[in-house]
Amino acid sequence: MQAAIVVFPGINRERDMAIALELATGHKPRMVWHKETTLDGIDLVVLPGGFSYGDYLRCGAMAAHSPIMAEVKRHAARGGYVMGVCNGFQIITEAGLLPGALLRNAGLRFLSMDCHLRVERADTAFTGHYQQGQTFRVPMAHGDGNYTASTEDLDRLEGEGLVAFRYAEPSGALTTAANRNGSARNIAGIFSPNLRVLGLMPHPEDLVDPLMGGTDGKPLFDGLAAALAA
Amino acid sequence: MKQVNQALAAEFGLSADEYQRVLDIMGRTPSFTELGVFSVMWSEHCSYKSSRVWLKTLPTKAPWVIHGPGENAGVVAIGDGLAAIFKMESHNHPSFIEPYQGAATGVGGILRDVFTMGARPVANLNALRFGDPKHPRTKRIVDGVVRGIGGYGNCVGVPTVGGEVNFHPSYNGNPLVNAMTVGIAATDKIFLSAAAGIGNPVVYVGSKTGRDGIHGATMASTEFGADSEEKRPTVQVGDPFVEKLLIEACLELMATDAIVAIQDMGAAGLTSSSVEMAGKGGVGIELDLDHVPQREPNMSAYEMMLSESQERMLMVLRPDREDIARAIFEKWDLDFAVIGHITDTGRIVVKHNGVVEADIPLDPLADQAPLYHRPTAETAKQPPIGPTADPIGLEAALLKLVGCPDLCSRAWITDQYDSTVGGQTVKRPGAADAAVVRLEGLKRALALTTDCTPRYVQADPEIGGMQAVAETWRNLTAVGARPLAITDNMNFGNPTKPEIMGQFASAIKGMAAACIALDYPVVSGNVSLYNETEGRGILPTPAIGGLGVLDDAADAVGLALKPGLTLVLIGETRGHLGQSLWLREILGREEGPPPPVDLAAERRNGDFVRHQILTANVAACHDLADGGLLVAVAEMAMAGQTGATLNPPPAGIAPHAWFFGEDQGRYLIATRAPGALLVAAVSEDIPAIEIGTTGGSDLTLPGGVTISLSSLQAEHARFFPEWMDQTHGDASH
Repeated sequence: MQAAIVVFPGINRERDMAIALELATGHKPRMVWHKETTLDGIDLVVLPGGFSYGDYLRCGAMAAHSPIMAEVKRHAARGGYVMGVCNGFQIITEAGLLPGALLRNAGLRFLSMDCHLRVERADTAFTGHYQQGQTFRVPMAHGDGNYTASTEDLDRLEGEGLVAFRYAEPSGALTTAANRNGSARNIAGIFSPNLRVLGLMPHPEDLVDPLMGGTDGKPLFDGLAAALAA
Repeated sequence: MKQVNQALAAEFGLSADEYQRVLDIMGRTPSFTELGVFSVMWSEHCSYKSSRVWLKTLPTKAPWVIHGPGENAGVVAIGDGLAAIFKMESHNHPSFIEPYQGAATGVGGILRDVFTMGARPVANLNALRFGDPKHPRTKRIVDGVVRGIGGYGNCVGVPTVGGEVNFHPSYNGNPLVNAMTVGIAATDKIFLSAAAGIGNPVVYVGSKTGRDGIHGATMASTEFGADSEEKRPTVQVGDPFVEKLLIEACLELMATDAIVAIQDMGAAGLTSSSVEMAGKGGVGIELDLDHVPQREPNMSAYEMMLSESQERMLMVLRPDREDIARAIFEKWDLDFAVIGHITDTGRIVVKHNGVVEADIPLDPLADQAPLYHRPTAETAKQPPIGPTADPIGLEAALLKLVGCPDLCSRAWITDQYDSTVGGQTVKRPGAADAAVVRLEGLKRALALTTDCTPRYVQADPEIGGMQAVAETWRNLTAVGARPLAITDNMNFGNPTKPEIMGQFASAIKGMAAACIALDYPVVSGNVSLYNETEGRGILPTPAIGGLGVLDDAADAVGLALKPGLTLVLIGETRGHLGQSLWLREILGREEGPPPPVDLAAERRNGDFVRHQILTANVAACHDLADGGLLVAVAEMAMAGQTGATLNPPPAGIAPHAWFFGEDQGRYLIATRAPGALLVAAVSEDIPAIEIGTTGGSDLTLPGGVTISLSSLQAEHARFFPEWMDQTHGDASH
């Protein structure tokens, strides 16, 4: 699997993502500056977390118009894999690759803590190394992670099985307490209809090493590496 | 423009003597801009004129120290060819006037001090002191400061991994916001500020210059009066996005050989950076302000020289590398302007619109800066508190203590700080006595902490200064790290009052003794004086930031108890209750001498504990500090969701003194092999005693009283959320 990480000005979890990808694939991902315009030979494009353009406009709104994004859209249209995490998820929704938007957290405060995600389906390249219905622990760190979409979009996402992860109790129960940012229907991550574009708010890339408190995020990267092995 | 005379000099904060000295150096009446330059360079904030004589007495050397005080930050070798670069700095006055921006720009400023030396910042910490929670202003200040630290630190992508928070009415009108940054660089790629190379270009990069923060350094050098609200325009506004770009662009440029010297524009902006760079290099500097990137039209030379606009750096480049540098900054969409060149005149010459606005000899500006041996008065020793009776029992006292503002859970604060970005945070806030951050790609890790117990310093400044240094050393030791060096942030009142200057001098004396005994020098620091509002001073607060190293991050231990362990108390317990939190919270008394600090015992006990950790005899470890033994047990139990059963105190000591005394130099260890540990302790003459065992979901006190972990947790977690959510007030930013 050849992965690329897009570097927008102001993103800050690109190195975390590179570490997690290298751990799973055995080689370094390519770092692509946002003003580049080609993604030749890339299987997986990752838009990492951070504060692109300071999030001074809507989060992700400026980065969605960077030169590289036209190529990211072409890559997705060709059936390529794309993963947007945190700010990357916001950029993907702003670019129209996934429906909905990420609003300010319900409590209007930045939230940095571990949360638990329930895996809604395990038959995708992103989730193949998890079990359906399993929960796993993962850090989150965002001010604007409150997922929202129109009722029709939400119903469609659910009806077509495009919800990837939901905020849950460790038991798997979907509670308001577990859904700290207030996301619609506890949604933490969603897929595109072809299951090749994933957007999610929390940071599996920050929990891939036992020294950092666990490896719950590692199956996501191992699964991708296995599914996209050349 | 105003007439330059003694009255204007006074308005700028210069005394009559100081103004006379300016006249003598210049041999004429200075221009308005020149007077501005003198006044900020000779402000307390920039010149350390009251504190220098005392700071000089601190030990600053060790074989691992690469650069001590005098550079932008301290530099110590940590192995693997790497250096840790770190410093702590205050942003107290701005944080009172405008909490969000004051705290945010405090974080931004200390980050620049560290990356200007070539380091990638890897961790932020902050030592915060706020007024009485019941004071009407405190909540707004806490909320703004926490949001500001998070807003800036989260955006630049440097994890905020630790720090401390205290409350006391003495900070009602003067909160303390001390921000610390730690960065990593190769020992052979450290950048300094001394300019060199006659004719070399002087380059300005970063944000444009506006009218914000003019005379910020002067504001930081006076007391607050009732009119402090009117000083809001002197507070700068931070832009963490530009800071992030600046970090990446500077580090990219630093990988080339283009930079001769570099310094951030901090307090006193372009003035202090250009004066210090040229002065340290023994050269001259000529600036043409027409080329300074400006945010607003028609700025005067005075305004540009004194602006404290944020996110700006000044560099001296090799002339043949200017194009490489320009291309890097253009890539990152940052301003890049050649605004002058290095000369051999030994003077700073500032031109604007073709007119020389300032022409000052650099040596006298530095050498003849005022230096005061201010009178000192020693703090009177506090009489012993005498015998105390326990009015409410251990259980009630513990529940009250773990819930009090100084000891309750800090999760409400730390949950707003990104502590995991970078993917290297081994011990997050609250998980261990010190934060532990691994170095990317290596086994090695840094341990980081900030500490000070201001009520001890108030009661006995010398012991308090000693204790602050010793506590950081202890906290680093308690995770298994080898303590290397400290940065200090000296927050005191008005130095012209002998009792304040006496506190300062005695605190330094105590700190120096601890640094020497623990082989733990001071490598950087900052002094913040005039922390008074309407004549009332703060508790003297020498906040200490400690840095240690672990050769292998996997050796780090945390607080969390697990079942089946034995608790062993290391160090001597006499039950010292003077100045303890038990005395304050239970009896309402802030009295007595602080606990004495025995530096030899401190060293012995700490070296023993570290050795036990590194030989894997320790499952969890916690130093004993505020609240004493029982609070430490409770904190460890809550962290590990595991209960404990405690033995009765030894004969001859009252239970409340045994469990809540704050004797120093002690650690609580949880171990699977108590026998071996106790044998080792006896052979090394280390006081060690089994005090209980772990397991279950209750804390069981001697005599059988049990406290469930869930009730402890509820008390511990209550304060901040209840206090902050009482009324939904300021939700801006």
